[in-house]
Amino acid sequence: MRKLVAVMLFSCLPVMSFAAGGGNNEYVVDAPVNLQDKVSLQNGAKLFVNYCMGCHSMEYLRYGRMAEDLGIPDDLVLENLNFTSDKIGDPMENGMAEEDGKQWFGVTPPDLTLAARHRSADWVYSYLISFYEDEERPFGYNNHVFPNVGMPHVMAGMQQELSEEEFKSNMGDIANFMTYAAEPMAPTRERIGVYVLVFLGILLIPAYLLKKEYWKDVH
Amino acid sequence: MRMVNGLIDWVDARLPVVNSYKKHMSEYYAPKNFNFWYYFGVLSMVVLVNQLLTGIWLTMFYSPSQGFESVEFIMRDVQWGWLIRYMHAVGASAFFAVVYLHMFRGLLYGSYKPPRELVWIFGMLIYVALMAEGFLGYVLPWGNMSYWGAQVIISLAGAIPFDILPFIDAKDAKEIGDALTTWVRGDYLLSTATVNKFFALHVVAIPLVLVALVFLHILALHEVGSNNPDGVEIKQNKDENGIPRDGIPFHPYYTVKDLPGVIIFLIIFAVVVFFFPTGGGYLIEKPNFVPADPLKTPDHIAPVWYYGPYYAMLRATTIDWFGMSSKAWGLIAMGGGIVVLFLLPWLDRHPVKSIRYKGWLSKLLLLVFAADFVMLGYLGTQPASGLAKTLAQIGTVYYFAFFFIGLPLAHRFEKAKPVPERVTGGH
Repeated sequence: MRKLVAVMLFSCLPVMSFAAGGGNNEYVVDAPVNLQDKVSLQNGAKLFVNYCMGCHSMEYLRYGRMAEDLGIPDDLVLENLNFTSDKIGDPMENGMAEEDGKQWFGVTPPDLTLAARHRSADWVYSYLISFYEDEERPFGYNNHVFPNVGMPHVMAGMQQELSEEEFKSNMGDIANFMTYAAEPMAPTRERIGVYVLVFLGILLIPAYLLKKEYWKDVH
Repeated sequence: MRMVNGLIDWVDARLPVVNSYKKHMSEYYAPKNFNFWYYFGVLSMVVLVNQLLTGIWLTMFYSPSQGFESVEFIMRDVQWGWLIRYMHAVGASAFFAVVYLHMFRGLLYGSYKPPRELVWIFGMLIYVALMAEGFLGYVLPWGNMSYWGAQVIISLAGAIPFDILPFIDAKDAKEIGDALTTWVRGDYLLSTATVNKFFALHVVAIPLVLVALVFLHILALHEVGSNNPDGVEIKQNKDENGIPRDGIPFHPYYTVKDLPGVIIFLIIFAVVVFFFPTGGGYLIEKPNFVPADPLKTPDHIAPVWYYGPYYAMLRATTIDWFGMSSKAWGLIAMGGGIVVLFLLPWLDRHPVKSIRYKGWLSKLLLLVFAADFVMLGYLGTQPASGLAKTLAQIGTVYYFAFFFIGLPLAHRFEKAKPVPERVTGGH
């Protein structure tokens, strides 16, 4: 809440920011994505709802889906990861009106459900670790990956408190969580894919033998 | 058993069931020497069925007024929705992949030459319908690339050079173009009205046309009989029962031969669907993961790979010529690139059908043409910078030279090999 107030105060300054832009550049590095790592995903979810969801929604992901996939009991999700009056089946939206966001930051903070698929997990991770101090910018920070971004460095406090390694690990967890959120069925997809391929591989054997048998007498 | 036979007789007296089965399956004699290239016809059929079935199920959940949201809804909240959606999206690319290989087979073995001109024409109509179907379907998820891709393609309707007609001046031509684009969009800008219209065309109109054309394509083929890698007419050498000596019944021989081929195709298809559903941005493009946004142009608007060659031709023209804008010339190059394929049976004047017995020049020209088509396809998906543009221009010139100079004249500069009486090499 305090961050939100700070942001509102700052937004009184003339804000000049760019909506698009932010392609790949030399600052984009590999993200530590591992969708099997539940601890990392849970930490990423916690950090996301605490640091990001004040402004960014995840409108295509439901609390219940996240609870189930990440192995968090429903009541814990509602108590700790939900700051609205939403129910467990609701999508993860926030209370910020789009028009307000646009006025405060120059651009409405985009929904982030699919950000990791639109950009890439590497981009998201690199963006999160690439804020640097820049007096020229209205919020005092700029970003190497997304120059002149409208978003303030909301993790500045965390970055000062933690060691660089711990901070990067946290940002990696957020990127990991966002990768999960962009395609929650990805692990299921790959698991089923293996079964499908095994089935087709087995089916190929009698099909091939049948062909051979019939074609014996074609000369 | 007697009851079953009785039933079949009863129906058969009223509908040509047994007759059709014999004519198209058990007594349709196909050459026995089909090779690898002859799988892509049946594979096109497999993909068509895949598209129809997955398409019907997607229609149950998709909503044109909430295109983007409903696709994510299908991906997340519909049971197995993600699988159906990926099968449909990857299936679109698979359709073009097998159709391009199927068409190339025709080029290799002269399958369009007499008496199979109509088979080729129906095939080309299928291809054109497929391109329309693919474009309409690409717009439906209403992502940002859907939006901007549609913007580019629909604006082409405004580039038609009506002013080459003597009674229309440039100002009227522009007005006609604007009216035409408005009509195509169904609105003054791309909107839900456009998506609704495209949805109707994508799920009802074009599929009806496609299925009818596929029916005609096969009907015409079975009338004249299949060509083969040797380009030998098997009907000219029949045994005492009137059965071609080099022919074998389609069923069971080719049904059992196609089966493993279909399974191998499904394995490749499954690898893409389950492990690389976006195909590195070539099958589902990254900008399509954000909703359509008229205010944010993607850095680079690229068509999907299967339109690449024609998009490259569209952009290759850079000069205004004979009183027409370069954009109009681009439109002519793109349209001409497709129209010329219809003329293929009459452009190819070579006395020999199959590439096996054509001379070195025909072989070289066809090889370069294949490379040229792939190159144009790649260039169409890339930004048109200096070198890429020059290559696209050279590629476009070669594309047309192949059809208008190479195919009609090549046989005069080479010595063809003798074509055998019977097919060679069994299976």
